[in-house]
Amino acid sequence: MAEENRESTPKGRVVTGVIGADVHVVGNRLLAMALERAGFKVVNLGVLVSQEEFINAAVESNADALFISSLYGHAELDCQGLREKCIEAGLDDILIYVGGNVALGKQDWAEVEKRFLAMGIDRVFPPRTPPKVGIELLEKDLAARKRSKA
Amino acid sequence: MLAVLADIGSTFTKMTVVDLEREEVAATAQAPTTIADINLGLQEATSRIEEHIPLPADRIAYRMACSSAAGGLRMVTVGLIPDLTGEAAKRAALGAGAKVVGVFAHHLTRKDMAAIAALKPDILLLTGGTDGGNERAILHNAAAIAQSGVRVPVVVAGNRAVADQVGDILHSAGLEVWVTENVMPEVGELNVGPAQAAIREVFLKRIIVAKGLDKAQETFGVVMPTPSAVLRAAELLSVGVAGEPGLGDLVVVDVGGATTDVHSIGDGRPTKPGVVWKGLPEPFAKRTVEGDLGIRYNAPTILEVAGRERLCRALGYDEPDWDAVVHKLCAQVDYIPEDERAAQRDVALARTAVEIAVDRHVGTLTGVYTPFGEMLIQRGKDLTGARCLVGTGGIFAHSGGARKVLEGALFDPQHPASLRPMNPEMRVDRKYIMAAVGLLGEKEPAIALRVLKKELPPL
Repeated sequence: MAEENRESTPKGRVVTGVIGADVHVVGNRLLAMALERAGFKVVNLGVLVSQEEFINAAVESNADALFISSLYGHAELDCQGLREKCIEAGLDDILIYVGGNVALGKQDWAEVEKRFLAMGIDRVFPPRTPPKVGIELLEKDLAARKRSKA
Repeated sequence: MLAVLADIGSTFTKMTVVDLEREEVAATAQAPTTIADINLGLQEATSRIEEHIPLPADRIAYRMACSSAAGGLRMVTVGLIPDLTGEAAKRAALGAGAKVVGVFAHHLTRKDMAAIAALKPDILLLTGGTDGGNERAILHNAAAIAQSGVRVPVVVAGNRAVADQVGDILHSAGLEVWVTENVMPEVGELNVGPAQAAIREVFLKRIIVAKGLDKAQETFGVVMPTPSAVLRAAELLSVGVAGEPGLGDLVVVDVGGATTDVHSIGDGRPTKPGVVWKGLPEPFAKRTVEGDLGIRYNAPTILEVAGRERLCRALGYDEPDWDAVVHKLCAQVDYIPEDERAAQRDVALARTAVEIAVDRHVGTLTGVYTPFGEMLIQRGKDLTGARCLVGTGGIFAHSGGARKVLEGALFDPQHPASLRPMNPEMRVDRKYIMAAVGLLGEKEPAIALRVLKKELPPL
């Protein structure tokens, strides 16, 4: 495609935002900056973002991934049904990453992760994960996808 | 020197003469619009003007016209996601002065194309995808339009990565195509200017000829659709020109027989601290059109939307037979109230139309409960701080109820979530000259601004 030949072709397109009734603005902003610095095209939706807003922005911008932040403990509830809605909207193979403070209380991380993966979330990150970790995994996932398509 | 300015409406051709030295309106007159030959109506209006002042050729500096005759500028818009490029496309068309007759989103089907053909648009605005974003939808839609056999000029304002390809698809089907910048280059970024410029170009090059308005070209150049002239006037009055300040953020309500238009000039940012602003950014000069609110053709729908009780409240006393009233108005669209009570009914209808139209135009605040307490989300423009509120349309020119109608646009403490103007200075277009002076603004913005300030006096 012509798009691939353009000089400033991004490594990929990512929609970021803080899901649900959550107004923690800082982590998401840092993450968006880190993604941009790493060469991704970022659509940052800010705080109080609904599932529909994530999906609409991803469809218009032809996004490769959703980076969803949540710091107030309701991520699991807020992300329920998101994968299914993405499929309905034609985003068949969009990557969904969730991070921040995704579960309340002292829960076993392996259990938490299992529940998110079962919802169709591709990767979920425990508190205090540096942006770099998520970005490297995104690069890896996108490369793997390219190989499997080729 | 004089400027002779005509507003060729669907029913009347209204003419305004501005004295450029004295910077005021020298005369106004109107005559029935003559669709078969637009010049007859223009000539008749001119001779009615000449009953007031002579129009020697050597004193006329400009002759310009705007038009909403022959159905106005009918447009269909196509976007991808209804809330994103769909909405951006609609706003671009409305701001260009169009009558938006159809709004489509996602992938166009054969049924959609049949509906579009039946709507007989003058221009189709095709958008979809941010720059570098979704390509599939706009390519699919271009092919659907190309295959449908619909003959319509198309303005393409979508994903720039495939803009040329989209243009080629349409072009090879024999359609006239204008390719311009994306109405939404990024999610949450509105860029309606280039699409509006392209729409105006199509209007000037094609639509005027197609509607027979070019016959006026020898005497009067038709330079824009009427709503766009009103929006220009509003923008001029608000922003001002170098060396002559405007009035600041303002709202214009234009109550017509078929529609009620609301124009707002201002960025509409939240005025309260701690409010989160969501949704697509708002155009600085924003126009909305309510096709169901008009005090003649659409008087029955005002009754339908507002209900009997609300109209009686606006009237101040009980009117037992609103049904008969609105149907009479709808059947007799050139009706002029013959007594006080009929005039009061007109005012009540206009006020209610303004209440509803402004409510749909302005932004809203919604409370959401978060673990950190209640947060307020604003969608749309916060116009609580608007400095000025202008009324235009026949009801303001003819009736004594101007204040009552305009007050329908004001902030209502009972409904604080509707971000209407709180304490604006109210002005009225008594001579019905806003569109004409908006036209003049194309050539003489400073004079046009001073004429507007003078001829739209505060109430």
